[in-house]
Amino acid sequence: MTAALATPATSPARRIVGGLVKTRELGIILALVALVVYTAASNPRFLSGQSIRDILLNTAILAVMAAGQAVVVITRNIDLSVGSVLGLSAFTVASMMSANPGLPMVAALAVGLAVGGVAGLLNGVLVRYGRVPALVVTLGTLYMFRGVTYSWAGGQQVNADELPRHFLTFANDSILGIPWLVLIALVVVGGVSLLMRNYRVGRELYAMGSSPQAAELAGIKVARNLLGAFIVSGALAGLAGVLFAARFGTVDAAAGTGLELNVVAAVVVGGVAVFGGSGTVWGAGLGALLLTVIGSSLTVLDIDQFWQQAIIGALIILAICADRLVAVRIARSLRKKDSHV
Amino acid sequence: MAATPDKSRPSPALLEVRDVTKSFGAVAAVQGVSFSLFPGEAHALVGENGAGKSTIVKMLAGVHRPDTGSLAVSGTEADFAGPADAKAAGIAVIYQEPTLFPDLSVAENIAMGNQPLTRLRQIDRKAMHSNATRLFARLGVHIDPDRPARGLSIADQQLVEIAKALSSEAHVLIMDEPTAALSGVEVDRLFAVTRALRDEGAAIMFISHRFEEITALCQRITIMRDGKHVCTELVADLSVDDMIRRMVGRDLSTLFPKQDTEAGETVLEVEGLGREGVFRDISFTVRAGEIVALAGLVGAGRSEVMQAVFGVDKYDTGSVRFLGKPLKAGSPRAAMAAGMALVPEDRRQQGLVMELSVERNVTLPRSRALARLGLLFGAAERREATTWTQQLQTKLGRLSDPVGTLSGGNQQKVVLAKWLATNPKLLIVDEPTRGIDVGTKAEVHRLMSSLAARGLAVVMVSSELPEVLGMADRIIVLREGHVAAQLTRAEATEESVMYAAMGQQVTP
Repeated sequence: MTAALATPATSPARRIVGGLVKTRELGIILALVALVVYTAASNPRFLSGQSIRDILLNTAILAVMAAGQAVVVITRNIDLSVGSVLGLSAFTVASMMSANPGLPMVAALAVGLAVGGVAGLLNGVLVRYGRVPALVVTLGTLYMFRGVTYSWAGGQQVNADELPRHFLTFANDSILGIPWLVLIALVVVGGVSLLMRNYRVGRELYAMGSSPQAAELAGIKVARNLLGAFIVSGALAGLAGVLFAARFGTVDAAAGTGLELNVVAAVVVGGVAVFGGSGTVWGAGLGALLLTVIGSSLTVLDIDQFWQQAIIGALIILAICADRLVAVRIARSLRKKDSHV
Repeated sequence: MAATPDKSRPSPALLEVRDVTKSFGAVAAVQGVSFSLFPGEAHALVGENGAGKSTIVKMLAGVHRPDTGSLAVSGTEADFAGPADAKAAGIAVIYQEPTLFPDLSVAENIAMGNQPLTRLRQIDRKAMHSNATRLFARLGVHIDPDRPARGLSIADQQLVEIAKALSSEAHVLIMDEPTAALSGVEVDRLFAVTRALRDEGAAIMFISHRFEEITALCQRITIMRDGKHVCTELVADLSVDDMIRRMVGRDLSTLFPKQDTEAGETVLEVEGLGREGVFRDISFTVRAGEIVALAGLVGAGRSEVMQAVFGVDKYDTGSVRFLGKPLKAGSPRAAMAAGMALVPEDRRQQGLVMELSVERNVTLPRSRALARLGLLFGAAERREATTWTQQLQTKLGRLSDPVGTLSGGNQQKVVLAKWLATNPKLLIVDEPTRGIDVGTKAEVHRLMSSLAARGLAVVMVSSELPEVLGMADRIIVLREGHVAAQLTRAEATEESVMYAAMGQQVTP
């Protein structure tokens, strides 16, 4: 069986396996580079400071949400309510800031995180204790949260001129030349990646997605971890709501409608397996960057919006096919290893 | 497995089960069972399917809580709220189907739950890797700690489970039918590892249907029947017959009751069948009323031959004639239409749809014939299913229950019912009694025998020699893909079959 594994002869096989796993993120980076080079060649303005800044700012909100979504997807669940949570959080924070212009930015961020966290907790409780699949639960709460926002807003919107200056400039302010928004996205993606990679709770989330039954039998605190995953996803969507309000200034009840699909797309394109257990958070962040760059470069190349949608769709299918292919090749190389004996 | 046992003191029981009871609804799964596990002991737990062994395992694992009675770890009463508590108390369970995380590396699987940490409470991957390497060295096995658990053989998965138990410093190791899916060599390796652990002072609870394994490994045995404790004895004091009698509660002198039958017309003629690299030049015939056994070692190509005959796999050379007419190659549909039925070895995966009801499963191959104007009516299905489940004496609650809720033996009967409902002329059964208990085994044998008496031709692929010798009219022994011997019932003995299977000369 595995007697051959200890001999040096099998280390190439191991390297192949390791290499294949790494190709997922590498593939995204290559695609990004190719896209940027091609676009910049036909229009050098694509690489101007302003253009890059715009791309990064646009990526930031998506990447924050993708980080949370990746955590949920790794546990073999999904959170479709994130677009609505963003809307709810953005409207809550915008209303609060217009009513109390003296509140500091930190308060806005805290309230956004809290609103999202509570929404995520509700999702988690329904999934775990209601024993309803996450797809159904979060599809329900997608409409629920949106409905709450609509009935609360009652057709009103918060305009930029009602918001305090320090709130609006937050989106564009920089520290050491890096916009706050981008910095927050980097910290979120980096922090969640670290948590998932190097901490026990992160590995338990992977284990839960890899085999839910085995996770129960292994004595993993499945309920606690699952609620945690949904709270993280919700809270990060709430945080994204604050960033959204600060960046765009005008917030109505429809903010973030349909965004959940972009988030799921970023996660899947970023190499997180939809059946859980594998993929990385920073891969999901790269996925968000790739989707945003595609959007920008198609605009720069003057290609119809319609194609943008079609290309993103094709990318998702490509990503899933690549997953399948990698899985098959790994299985084959492992079988080859076994047949040495 | 923690430390070496302290031989100077009389060792107290590592684990005591004190008069536990557990019911699920109206079904009393376990009633008043008590036994103890001592350090350095391998203790067998046996009983027919449904005797309550699995419930005991799940209580020890912290999955179920006893209704009454209690568990005690090293003399102190323990109440497990979940698997984490049982693990913390030093109890490790190796389930029949291993429970690894396929996407994670072997090292991570072993460390899950108590990974070594650095000062920042991050996982220390280096230490995790070297732990795994050290454990494998101690077990004397070679598994790459960095490879994902996906793709490991069942045997290797079990070794990883044992390494997991070692790393969590478990003193009590519970093994639920660990050998069911292993080959001989793998069983030997597992036993070597298990004996070493036992001798280091661990208590091992070993659940198995194979008596030769129990006598080889265990010192004491606890026998259960219908959820009740029958006895706990030294293995050396009981003969296999005693064990069976106490498990079943009756004598099983009629363990393999093949009735003598008059062989009728030739049903199946296989001529020079061959498939590159798998089997070659296979010829045999089967007549109505006959049971023909395909014997041989695992990997000799027995299942492959029958799958080629049935059309699941292709063959390169030769021909198959069925009822005098050539049978289309590579088409299970043609084989079924002609009157062949194949009961596969892995009934969970290939034979049944676990979520569907018993009646649906029984009538599945016949849904077209039962349908009226393309619609399938419940009443017709039920009638058909009732007939067959009663004939096979299947124990079930309602016909509408999902098949997955039945015990292994009864699932096997449902698979049989499913194919018998098609009124086949030839029945191919692959390992008909693997993983089912002694009592049900006898029933399956009686059933096959009575089917043959009614004129059905039966081909049985089996690894169990007593079954082959007791049931078959003729035995075809395969070795490395070719026919090593054809023996009649009179010629066949345990030795002659084994000699042929292993390529030795038969010494008369």
